[in-house]
Amino acid sequence: MDNRENEKIEIDLLIQAIFLKYGYDFREYSKASIRRRILGNLSKSGLSTISEMQHRLLYDRDFFEKLLLELTVNVSAMFRDPSFFKAVREIVASELKKRPLVKIWHAGCSTGEEVYSMAILLREEGVYGNSTIYATDVNEAVLDKARKGIFPIDRMKAYTQNYKMAGGLASFADYYTARYDLTIMDGTLKKNIVFSDHNLVTDGVFGEMDLIVCRNVLIYFNRDLQDRVFGLFASSLRKGGFLCLGSKETLMFSAHANSFESVMKKEKIYRRI
Amino acid sequence: MLNSRKKYKALVIGASSGGWAALRKVLGALPRHFPLAIMVAVHRHPHSDDYLETSLDHECAIRVKQADEKEVIKGGTVYFAPPNYHLLVEDSHTFSLSVAEAVHYARPSIDVLFESAAYVYGDRLMGLILTGANRDGAEGLKKIKAAGGLALVQDPTTAERDTMPRAAITAANPDHILPCDEIGGFLKDLADNPRGLTGKDG
Repeated sequence: MDNRENEKIEIDLLIQAIFLKYGYDFREYSKASIRRRILGNLSKSGLSTISEMQHRLLYDRDFFEKLLLELTVNVSAMFRDPSFFKAVREIVASELKKRPLVKIWHAGCSTGEEVYSMAILLREEGVYGNSTIYATDVNEAVLDKARKGIFPIDRMKAYTQNYKMAGGLASFADYYTARYDLTIMDGTLKKNIVFSDHNLVTDGVFGEMDLIVCRNVLIYFNRDLQDRVFGLFASSLRKGGFLCLGSKETLMFSAHANSFESVMKKEKIYRRI
Repeated sequence: MLNSRKKYKALVIGASSGGWAALRKVLGALPRHFPLAIMVAVHRHPHSDDYLETSLDHECAIRVKQADEKEVIKGGTVYFAPPNYHLLVEDSHTFSLSVAEAVHYARPSIDVLFESAAYVYGDRLMGLILTGANRDGAEGLKKIKAAGGLALVQDPTTAERDTMPRAAITAANPDHILPCDEIGGFLKDLADNPRGLTGKDG
């Protein structure tokens, strides 16, 4: 039990050190997940204690940058949860079509798979031309990957299946070019995407959005932080704008629940009222 | 020994191929007011819904549901990890979900659930590995035992697929290896009479 207590202190100190030195704030993240990632990284890094890791990251920015990539979960997929993208196609896209200009914020976009999915969907629904997609993430290195739009070819089979299940109108292969074991997404999909860094924990409101997509980001936050982010989303959406969460995330317990109505409960699609 | 004097708070179960039939047997034997919280990670298709939880809830006396994010963990309830998410236990006895990398090609991963539960519940935890064609859960069960918890494994000769129970037996040196039909009764006795239990070295 002694070790466990010390380990808890060490993890809290490490998180504090990251915040004080680099400004990234993990203090209100769910502890179980962050602990798993710190310990997983410790065994990989060859360091023997979390305190050593803390010392190292304070004096070695490169080490920190690598650790930062490991602390946040950056696992994504094209058309992840096909039924969600099908619902966006059927319910949200037709509403967006009525707007002369459409502003979309993809918060916590990670390596961009879902952003490209959204771009494809909007193009097929005739909305893309009038849209601007702001794709943001806390992590520069991850955004860089998203910007490049290069993905491993071995994922494409699953993505193609997802695309079909999500109601795709064309052939998924039309949207990428294969080079050896990599695929490059069609460059024209990027035309209306603005990639930029934004920290949901510390940065502010993001304009008058028609649609905010933030899926599987809030699951890593504690309830207080979730609530602040819901407030941020409420202030960033125009009246009637849509908010889309991950399939296991909910607005139900939030102090901002009254600012939204549920459009499709199962797919976690809400609308600002 | 300590092992014989403690009261268990929670049970974690891991299952893969053949798991639903085994779970039906194990959970079906438990009473409505089973005192422990039960958390289950079972390998399943990422796009599946909660149909299996709903039908188990109908069939079993004990309450069965899919775990919700931040849900408070209560005794007398069986919580399943949602498809395509890892399920983790927080210090505050609530659930966290994660879409982090698959472990042993699995999300939910049994190891992820077991390790986080072992950290929170320590020697108040029981872990059970059922049928499966994979090594997931072996490392997690070892951690449960190392934290002072009780390690249980389905007798591989009664498992539809024996890879997972065999891997768990090799890795964790479990306290009890039980035929599938006897697991439910064993858990029930244990919950009714925790002092009556002795581990094999207890």
